[in-house]
Amino acid sequence: MATSVPVLCRSLKNIHNSLYKSCYKLLPSITVQQRQDRTVNTTVDYSHQGMPPPAQYGGRHTVTLIPGDGIGPELMVHIKDIFRTTGVPVDFEEVCLSSDLGSDDIDYVITAVKRNGVGLKGNVPTNHDEPHIGKPKNVKIRTELDLFASVLQCKSIPGVKTKHQDIDIVIIRENTEGEYSSLEHENVKGVVESLKIITAKKSNRIARYAFEYARAHNRKKVTAVHKANIMKLGDGLFLRCCREVSQDYPDIEFSDMIIDNCSMQMVSRPQQFDVMVMPNLYGNILSNIGAGLVGGPGVVPGCNIGSDYAVFESGTRNTGASIAGKNIANPTAMLLASTLMLEHLNLHDYAKTISDAIWKTISQDKIHTPDLGGMATTTDVVHNIMKEIQKTIGAAAI
Amino acid sequence: MASAFQAACRIVVKVPENGWANIARHFSASTTLSQLAASEPISKSASNRKVTMIPGDGVGPELMSCVREVFKHSGVPVEFEQVFVSEVHSHSAPISEIFDSFKRNNVGLKGHIESPFHDKGELQTLNMKIRKGLDLFANVVKCRSIPGLNTKHNNLDFVVIREQTEGEYSSLEHESVTGVVECLKIITRTKSRRIAKFAFDYATKHGRSKVTAVHKANIMKLSDGLFLRSCQEISELYPKIQFESMIIDNCCMQLVSNPHQFDVMVMPNLYGSIVDNVAGGLVGGAGVVPGESYSSQFAIFEPGARHTFSQAVGRNVANPTAMLLCASNMLRHINLEFYANVIQTAVERVIKTGKVRTRDMGGYATASEFTRAIINNIRL
Repeated sequence: MATSVPVLCRSLKNIHNSLYKSCYKLLPSITVQQRQDRTVNTTVDYSHQGMPPPAQYGGRHTVTLIPGDGIGPELMVHIKDIFRTTGVPVDFEEVCLSSDLGSDDIDYVITAVKRNGVGLKGNVPTNHDEPHIGKPKNVKIRTELDLFASVLQCKSIPGVKTKHQDIDIVIIRENTEGEYSSLEHENVKGVVESLKIITAKKSNRIARYAFEYARAHNRKKVTAVHKANIMKLGDGLFLRCCREVSQDYPDIEFSDMIIDNCSMQMVSRPQQFDVMVMPNLYGNILSNIGAGLVGGPGVVPGCNIGSDYAVFESGTRNTGASIAGKNIANPTAMLLASTLMLEHLNLHDYAKTISDAIWKTISQDKIHTPDLGGMATTTDVVHNIMKEIQKTIGAAAI
Repeated sequence: MASAFQAACRIVVKVPENGWANIARHFSASTTLSQLAASEPISKSASNRKVTMIPGDGVGPELMSCVREVFKHSGVPVEFEQVFVSEVHSHSAPISEIFDSFKRNNVGLKGHIESPFHDKGELQTLNMKIRKGLDLFANVVKCRSIPGLNTKHNNLDFVVIREQTEGEYSSLEHESVTGVVECLKIITRTKSRRIAKFAFDYATKHGRSKVTAVHKANIMKLSDGLFLRSCQEISELYPKIQFESMIIDNCCMQLVSNPHQFDVMVMPNLYGSIVDNVAGGLVGGAGVVPGESYSSQFAIFEPGARHTFSQAVGRNVANPTAMLLCASNMLRHINLEFYANVIQTAVERVIKTGKVRTRDMGGYATASEFTRAIINNIRL
């Protein structure tokens, strides 16, 4: 044993030397290869390496406008009018997306958002009678652009009569996995499996976003909503990730709540909530409850944020097909979404001018569409908002 | 000067995403109403919008006074903040003043600044310093036949887009051995992709259907090759816009023989300089072609063919059309479309009527007679 060690060492050294020599011999040919690589290198496809900056030239921005179906197109017209009145340096690139077109258009919409960086979107209904292959279009936009966070602020509006007052909740929803994975199959006839996917990576990401959001906006508490008592592994993982992330934010209180109890609490005592973070489907349901608490789908804006792109839309993602073309849709949600978009583009002054005019119209002038119990039409509301904008601009000029 | 330069750079260079805090910034607290003067309604404005004016050398100051006069008679709600810089004049404001002014106003109107040929140790001209300092990477020259102005080709309508911060204009020249001078042409992937994207975004915004990349990749296989490939990559993002490429020499021949085939053209710096002038010549010369330069934050409007026309100073013959069309484009850019259209229509009407023409358009009118005619044609 004792003698074998030096022998082994020697033989290792020999091997090492011979390897080194053979490498050395190879060396010139490697450098030639490298030189060739360098010239070949110029043909490498760089397209995966990030996009050039979004379409902002001379201070003017281009934004992808996706009118969608239902009330979307009419509201977009109003947004354009209001932007013109305010003098917002934003141009729209309008792209069509509808539920009954082929799948080419959805790819075009996605590239259009990619090149402009920012989108403003009406909703497209998904036809659930048809057995269809692949993801619904709205989901596809979110997953392909990796818009992982849906953010919805439900805040009581003074002047709008609701059951509860003083609500100020921010619902942050994971937007790209969970129940929306579109992985469904029929193993045996009559038995369908639908896969809900929860990953540590995406759970961590959304949890961190929620805490960063809370910190950036001076909020005190983050509540994780889950169903870890039943889905011990899936929702368990989500909850664990939230807990772990919360360790990094000692200044923000963390709590968790089971989705069924949370829904009850939302309608009985919603003031207890501050920032809420949850997986996809719960987020969908709670967003609608939250919006319902403060005045319905017509007043709550929403945004979908990823690390590269952002798409703004109405909070509850309804198309409002039943009231389309009747001039009674409440434009507030879509208009507020457009102001959030302006904030995102760092056009804070324009955003403030428009949102102030919207709040004044609802709270002071009390021009309410039927969904808020009023008699006004969409155009009445829009005209009043424009009037308020003109007033602010005039006042600032003097 | 250095600090001002950095300050200007700070605005135009996009700050890299610093993680979550940056993403989470939405719904951010509303800011003050301080800069509201910049946001007027489109047709009725309550206050004046400030715009930087760099008159430049040669006939620049004369043209600017035409613009002022036309603006005054149209009641355009714009106030100019004039900064006079020059390389040939003894009294010139420091370049930092330009950067400061742009930081306030974002938009400007500019005449060309004369660059002396002789070398005083400084390789960058003042024009280049302004472009680099404000990162005005994209230059746009709109070549559109003006009805009433007879040229060899009619009904031309195409756009030349030029990268103007790198390429042959890098000011990197040195004499390695006596009698041997090397001049470096720099092409980078980032800037090539950026200008390509600008061209396609421009085409999208203005409803144009084709983008032609102009290059010399058969000779400069690596540098122009990179430019061409960058354009190709970006074109994939715009499936509805046709993309083609053309070698610069052939392009120049095509321009003078069959210019109607072009729509939007995109190219590196030096080719752009040449093609701009060829294209300008096609539609009536340096006096009638407007141009504009963009960074992400700033926009400068200047005549498309960059000449000072110094020999005409004080002779009252310089054609103000190009500068007036620049001014009109500038008004469009700052949401004053109404006035932009008023001025453009007035200019076009005078040229179409053809009674008052400056020398370069084949007439005998002086610049002030021409300006007077335009003012008389303003219909508010």
